[in-house]
Amino acid sequence: MNAPAMKASLPANTQPVYRFHGGVHPPEMKHLSNAAPIVPAPLPARLVVPLQQSIGNRAKCRVAVGDLVKKGQLLAAADGTVSVAVHAPTSGTVVAIDEQVVAHPSGLAELCVTIETDGFDVWGDRTPLDWRAALANGDGKTIRDYLRDMGVVGLGGAVFPSHLKLGGRDGLETLVINGAECEPFITCDDRLMRERAGEIVAGIAIVAQLLVARQVLVGIEDNKPEAVAAMREALAASDIGNAHVVVVPTLYPSGGAKQLIKLLTNKEVPSGVRSTDLGVQCFNVATVYTIFRALEHAEPVISRIVTLTGNVARAGNVEALIGTPIADLLDFAGNQSDSEGYIYGGPMMGFELPDTQVGLTKAGNCVIARSAAHFPTKAPEMPCIRCGECATACPQELQPMDLYWFSRSKNFGKAQEWNLFDCIECGACAYVCPSSIQLVDYYRFAKSEIWAAESAKKAADLARQRHEFKQFREEREQEEKAARLAARAAPKPEAAAAAVDPDKAAKIKAAMERAAAAKAGAAPANETAAPAVSVDDDKAAKIRAAMEAAAAKKAARAAAEAGGETPATKPAAALDEEKAAKIRAAMEAAKARKAATDGGVTAPAADATEPVAKAAIDPEKAAKIRAAMEAAKAKKEGRALAPSVSDNTPVGEVAGSLANEEVQVDTPSKPALDPEKAAKIRAAMEAAKAKKEGRAPAPAVPTDTPAGAASAALASEVGQVDTQAKPAIDPDKAAKIRAAMEAAKARKAAKEGGEA
Amino acid sequence: MSFLLAVALMAVLAVILGAVLGWAAIKYKVDEDPLVDKIDAILPQTQCGQCGFPGCKPYATAIADGEADINQCPPGGDDGVRKLADLLGVDFKPLNAENGEEKPKSVAVIDENTCIGCTLCIQACPVDAIVGAAKHMHTIIEKECTGCELCLAPCPVDCISMQPVGETVQSWKWRYPVIKLKVTA
Ligand code: SF4
Ligand code: SF4
Ligand code: SF4
Ligand code: SF4
Repeated sequence: MNAPAMKASLPANTQPVYRFHGGVHPPEMKHLSNAAPIVPAPLPARLVVPLQQSIGNRAKCRVAVGDLVKKGQLLAAADGTVSVAVHAPTSGTVVAIDEQVVAHPSGLAELCVTIETDGFDVWGDRTPLDWRAALANGDGKTIRDYLRDMGVVGLGGAVFPSHLKLGGRDGLETLVINGAECEPFITCDDRLMRERAGEIVAGIAIVAQLLVARQVLVGIEDNKPEAVAAMREALAASDIGNAHVVVVPTLYPSGGAKQLIKLLTNKEVPSGVRSTDLGVQCFNVATVYTIFRALEHAEPVISRIVTLTGNVARAGNVEALIGTPIADLLDFAGNQSDSEGYIYGGPMMGFELPDTQVGLTKAGNCVIARSAAHFPTKAPEMPCIRCGECATACPQELQPMDLYWFSRSKNFGKAQEWNLFDCIECGACAYVCPSSIQLVDYYRFAKSEIWAAESAKKAADLARQRHEFKQFREEREQEEKAARLAARAAPKPEAAAAAVDPDKAAKIKAAMERAAAAKAGAAPANETAAPAVSVDDDKAAKIRAAMEAAAAKKAARAAAEAGGETPATKPAAALDEEKAAKIRAAMEAAKARKAATDGGVTAPAADATEPVAKAAIDPEKAAKIRAAMEAAKAKKEGRALAPSVSDNTPVGEVAGSLANEEVQVDTPSKPALDPEKAAKIRAAMEAAKAKKEGRAPAPAVPTDTPAGAASAALASEVGQVDTQAKPAIDPDKAAKIRAAMEAAKARKAAKEGGEA
Repeated sequence: MSFLLAVALMAVLAVILGAVLGWAAIKYKVDEDPLVDKIDAILPQTQCGQCGFPGCKPYATAIADGEADINQCPPGGDDGVRKLADLLGVDFKPLNAENGEEKPKSVAVIDENTCIGCTLCIQACPVDAIVGAAKHMHTIIEKECTGCELCLAPCPVDCISMQPVGETVQSWKWRYPVIKLKVTA
């Protein structure tokens, strides 16, 4: 498979070559595909372009179904730092943006843009970047952002966003360019170096300048003499100083970044350390090629070179558009009917394609049609005999048999201790294992279990933190409220008064309803901030219907559960004193109404919320409640005093219908100027007068309002109005205060009566 | 004399050391019961209350105090019970069906056209994963939703539904390698 004669003809390295631990010599099988030049793949009828084409975040879609796109047009923009853009590989129409099976071992679907090609392959507008000027200005960021928007990722297989590797450091010791291409069957980098060495070297020059690299080493395995020659020639013709092509012995996996760095610089990258920290950065030849194409020709990454090999008639390399269905590529290569499956990537590190309709991705360097001739059925797995072959072969100097044992027994902690995550899944261990154990499968299993457990733990930690914060927040709010109430204790008596406000009435009413609902079993009775705007009747009607449905369902649920609130809702319900007080007021009102009408529909609500209300009722609240009781008593005695709800306001109307009001009522109380308010004030004053004179009246109460509304209104006033009752200057306030004083007087009288 | 001196010395030493120990006990007091934290770390933090306690921490406390059994947390599933059994050195027992059953992880989704912005769900959410202002449409931050279902009941228009989180390419896990057995006749 190697051509020893050619190897001998290579000029000697000017740079030393070191060794890495282990490694194996699988049959290379490169001769199948490395003879023919790269040809463009035919334009497929449709392209399926996945939006996740790099490590990190999926790109954000920027097109819609039906859009006409030009070649190179942005399909999806980078989302965040660790993400790159995705572009239209050719011109055509976007026919679908949906989940489709992608080239991934899971066989799961991912968001893809499907483009029906129009065959014209016309370029859209390209926006070139004056990268030379940017480089001269030391403006690396512009170039990096540009590369991100051009969708440049590592094409060696890891698809790591390249712009992240070009970050400005103050000088790099060695820039390693990876042309080793150690995996059997794959020849795309070989062909690229042979045919486009000039552009690769131009790319190397850019990267070297960006990173301020003192030395550039291009590592190529000695089974690619033509590529070595071409690259040497191109490098010699360029003006990059201190750049060398280093021929490394063919030994899998010399193309692993850590292995190549060791080979070329003798630096070992320890576990958990990035190579940049050692002054080394590694780029694949195809990546630097696309960097050059992007900067010089404003060409985003819309195609790549793929090796089509294995059981096909015309094995070779094609330049295929990203998104080309693999089936189309296989047809082009003359797929044989006895292929048993298709490997995406190399035979050592690749995976079986779940479906040949998947679109080509930027990671897809090779597609192998699998047949018994090249891939004989593996011998059955036997027990590990602890021969140590795997440890000898492991390029990462791990103990594969121990990792296997821990992974197999799901002892993940131990596996991690033994550096499972340093394993590059090269498969060298499985290749040499005399017991034919599919070691890498176990490592992959263990790694993904550990990742899943870690992300579950992260989610749990986040939830715990947020839950604790919520508890803290509620406590703090409660304290603040208590402090506010205490601060207002002085102007208080004036506030506990009879000026009446339909808004509030409605709110209280809503609170009562909710209390009732809570009793029925489902809704926690802790809501006050009264709800929504509903401008049009239509929506209001809809909402009412929805609420009724919900209420019915809840009732059913409550009946089934027969148990009231879940424990978790209880603390929430118990938290807010002010709310508790309001509810209490509502309860009082309900009781009063019950007494008055003997109906008693809402009275049970009192029981439901009693425990809640018990939570700390300060004297101020007590005063409010007393006031409410007074009002109720007064009503009972036939002195209905509540002209509050003026029938010409929509709000008043709503107060009658229960669920509805929650939706419609909450118009924020405005300062005293509007007529509605004025009417209220008048009414309040009248009420006060009426009360004083013991005369029964209340012309403003609409006839269809239940008797309880008045008392509810009063209760609401008592419960909630205090925010508004400031020492009064304007007539509105004055009226209120007067009313309050009246109420206080009445109360005093009543108390005296009671005591007597 | 020297005997008395020795006794006195020892006594003084005892007092000093005692004081140091006493001070250390106050200064380096461990506020939280470490066992509670260990249990809490195993619980899934869904904060759903299905265990009969208002949140995971109270349940963890109850377990630590021996007031609750280890098989009351449905979101944790049998796996969670097993971990608790390991930690506490007790026997595994299957999940108590009275507390509910293990369901695939879901997140709540608000039908934003129906939402009336009543804020009830915000108050019910144990992890503040719902955003919205009064009278405006609310929405759930999917990433932060624990799937506790506590927001479903309070919604007056029933516009919140639970949607299972399916497996994605990102969350997919490699399966445990299975060895095919050859059938020999
Ligand atoms: S090579 Fe295979 S049999 Fe030998 S020690 Fe490694 S896992 Fe065990
Ligand atoms: S797959 Fe992992 S354990 Fe096996 S040889 Fe490669 S690096 Fe070592
Ligand atoms: S049942 Fe819910 S609240 Fe209880 S421990 Fe489990 S996740 Fe936490
Ligand atoms: S409880 Fe329902 S209606 Fe109210 S804000 Fe939440 S989702 Fe919207």
